[in-house]
Amino acid sequence: MAITVKFFARLREELGMDEVQLDFVAGLTTQQVWQNATRQEVLPAKTLVAINQQYASEQSLVKDNDEVAFFPPVTGG
Amino acid sequence: MAVYLKNGLFDPFKEVQQHQQQLEANIGKGQYGASAVFIGSMRDFNEARNVSSMTLEYYPGMTESALEVICQEAKEKWPVLDTLVVHRVGDIQPNDSIVLVAVWSAHRGAAYDANRYIMEALKSRAPFWKKETTASGGHWVEKNTPA
Repeated sequence: MAITVKFFARLREELGMDEVQLDFVAGLTTQQVWQNATRQEVLPAKTLVAINQQYASEQSLVKDNDEVAFFPPVTGG
Repeated sequence: MAVYLKNGLFDPFKEVQQHQQQLEANIGKGQYGASAVFIGSMRDFNEARNVSSMTLEYYPGMTESALEVICQEAKEKWPVLDTLVVHRVGDIQPNDSIVLVAVWSAHRGAAYDANRYIMEALKSRAPFWKKETTASGGHWVEKNTPA
């Protein structure tokens, strides 16, 4: 009963971690997962969220074994 | 439809040639009348700074699948015969090719439009992040430049 939380790019550097495992708690949104994982209240502006490698929102619900990722706006190409 | 991430130099013209030979082997010669090719390269300046090198971070798994979804969308919007996307990751030097988007179709309109669509969607949705190295240190690029 766990979820994996990943951070990329500037967020990864600022938080000083690229991945953390959290106990699964039913009914949590990605916003609440962010708070539990980082001890920070607010998701930084413009942060993008993915669940199981697909874009999701701050209000999306997280299921057991999900991989939740937080990252800044993308800058490829 | 192919998507490749390359950690190291690649020759975009060779990639196009190889993919086109494979396409001809699969569907026969004379099927496509248009090949639209876009190549993006690293500049040595950005936002008025001199940039000596750059690192491209990505999200293994999601980056590839996001690119595949974008190419699939292009195939649904236009009569496209095939697409090829190659993108660098890791450390990059000025003048290196960063991205290649190639589209084959029967007529030029679809090839041009689908190529532009893939490139713009890649810029806004594919999980890549650039960190530039300048004289004052490393800087994450906050947003992409307008087209």
